[in-house]
Amino acid sequence: MPPSIQALTHKYFRHNKRFPHVWCPGCGNGIVMGALLRAITRLDLEKDEIVLASGIGCSGRMPTYLDFNTLHTTHGRALTFATGIKLANPALNVVAIMGDGDATAIGGNHLIHAARRNLNLTAIIINNSIYGMTGGQYSPTTPFGSTTTTSVYGHIEHAFSISELAVTAGAAFVARSTVYHAALADQLIEQAMIKPGFAVVEIISNCHVQYGRRNKIGNAIDMLTSFKEQAVTVKKAATMEEEELQGKITIGVLADRDLPVSTDEYKRIREQARSKQEGK
Amino acid sequence: MTEAKRKRCLLQGNEAIVQGALAARCRFFAGYPITPASEIAEQLSVRLPAVNGTFIQMEDEIASIGAVIGASLTGVKAMTATSGPGFSLMQENLGFACAAEVPCVIVNVMRGGPSTGLPTSPAQGDVQMARWGTHGDHPIIVLAVSSVLDSFTITVKAFNLAEKYRIPVIVLSDEVVAHTRESVELPLDSEVKVVNRIAPGMPPDWYKPYEADTRGVPPMASFGDGYRHHVTGLVHDQDGFPTQNPQEVEKFHLRLSMKITKGLSDIQLTKKFHMDDAELFVVAYGSVARSAMRAVEDARKAGIKAGLLQLITLFPFPRRTLTPYLQQCHSVLVPELNLGQISREVQRVNQGQCAVVKLNRVDGRLITPQQIYNRLVKLSAGRVS
Ligand SMILES: Cc1ncc(C[n+]2csc(CCOP(=O)(O)OP(=O)(O)O)c2C)c(N)n1
Ligand code: SF4
Repeated sequence: MPPSIQALTHKYFRHNKRFPHVWCPGCGNGIVMGALLRAITRLDLEKDEIVLASGIGCSGRMPTYLDFNTLHTTHGRALTFATGIKLANPALNVVAIMGDGDATAIGGNHLIHAARRNLNLTAIIINNSIYGMTGGQYSPTTPFGSTTTTSVYGHIEHAFSISELAVTAGAAFVARSTVYHAALADQLIEQAMIKPGFAVVEIISNCHVQYGRRNKIGNAIDMLTSFKEQAVTVKKAATMEEEELQGKITIGVLADRDLPVSTDEYKRIREQARSKQEGK
Repeated sequence: MTEAKRKRCLLQGNEAIVQGALAARCRFFAGYPITPASEIAEQLSVRLPAVNGTFIQMEDEIASIGAVIGASLTGVKAMTATSGPGFSLMQENLGFACAAEVPCVIVNVMRGGPSTGLPTSPAQGDVQMARWGTHGDHPIIVLAVSSVLDSFTITVKAFNLAEKYRIPVIVLSDEVVAHTRESVELPLDSEVKVVNRIAPGMPPDWYKPYEADTRGVPPMASFGDGYRHHVTGLVHDQDGFPTQNPQEVEKFHLRLSMKITKGLSDIQLTKKFHMDDAELFVVAYGSVARSAMRAVEDARKAGIKAGLLQLITLFPFPRRTLTPYLQQCHSVLVPELNLGQISREVQRVNQGQCAVVKLNRVDGRLITPQQIYNRLVKLSAGRVS
């Protein structure tokens, strides 16, 4: 039995301190927050050992509400702060939470280098295809042709796939879910958090307020329904032609590989440096 | 066991910064290569792991200072080092460190010119940027080094001030100080006074991360030590949570500024040479202070009552130290490797009694003792005002 929402709320929220939250009713951010908390509960991690670091955006507000060591950094930079935290205190379990603009526009360089560097970090990217907080401007994942507040004539740029970017950049673990597939999201976050090395979980989410409405997809429920219809599992996707996959969302584990983890490698460097110095 | 003895060594300014950082117990460095600061990163990459510290080369300077702030939040003393272009990139996160009150040290080995400028020439063009580079009203401490020995002691001081006031401290060096080798005798680690941030004394449930002590500085918990708290660059209340309440917002700004004002006598460092009976004086910092010292000594030999006020702390600008001399002397000469950045400050604090005279050089070369001496001679003869 998964823990009830009440139990999670009781255990992990900063009661009376930071509520009500800033999110719109029906926003997918809440579902992702629930998934993260269920994963943490299942892993039975101590609150003291968890650091939740975010960037700036609607998604970036998540740490404010949760009773961990929490950090709300600058736009796009969550992974850089997280890198310093993890290296300075490897015993901490560090999770970065980012929006699509946060992680792949302004913070895109940090994402690919964090993937390449392979520290033992977890990155959760809430991909709602739009800049939510600033009022619905296009992001690097806004689909071609979409209407946004900065593309009222239709978006003329192409979206890229965050997960494919992470796979190519060398992340040890990459997975994708949607907010409709919440149980899968729980499970993928859990896997990501125990995976040694850099793990990315992309969660396709709904910003019905800034994106759904303008693009005639509808409200939160309509958007979730569309995710349900668009989703295909990794296994199924492997049997499909590229054309068939157009407009689909592949969900599940996209990469899972064992690579030397630089947090561990650095221990070796310390030993080497010490013995060299003692030898002097 | 033999007792450790001080050793005389031949060091570059950049090497002395490394030694100073280690003596101050810096255990984390994140940076991105740039001339003329790279030696600091190179040497720390060798030495930090040997003392259980961490070195990392990040993908850019934005990431470097982000990692430094992250490390500091876990209780580890952390620094980065760069030059103008990298310092420009650091500004946003520097403001984060000011707002969230995260101690750290940023070394800027200044090069000439805006943009890529003159990578291998000395300059002092980043002085006002060090003060005002990040957006919004904010407190900051800026120190300048003028010699290899300074590079050691001021770096130690920078860490101590950063820890004591929970603030980023900027150390300005320049290409000449960074790369000149001088023979110095450095104190042993055991002789170096090291200040650490104050940890919370109350149980975690009572901890309010931004509730200040009488100095205006809140005790600082580290991530992982049981005091779960929130850190943000948004304007926050005593609990560390975002607020837009006008009273809280004002309180936030005023305390940040007040904690520095309260510590001025501790923060503002200057050195005085022949100032007691001076009739005219030089205000100088960084490598220019070396030329100024020589010029003042020569002027004294020629019977001119000149003095030197060397600024180590550039910001908060040491107004109170300067004021009596601006009243005592008829002229003050401010030689700088820029078009007049500290002279603005001198003009600002001058009540009109003293003639503020600039001497600027921006051709990538040092101001020589002779240039300063010549100006002192003219000023004392009353031919320039
Ligand atoms: C350096 C900088 N540039 C711009 C902004 C303004 N800004 C705040 S949030 C945001 C975009 C948020 O979009 P996304 O990252 O996709 O997150 P969401 O709000 O959709 O969760 C922008 C551009 C900022 N805070 N900092
Ligand atoms: S604007 Fe969009 S992303 Fe932001 S809270 Fe509202 S629904 Fe969520």
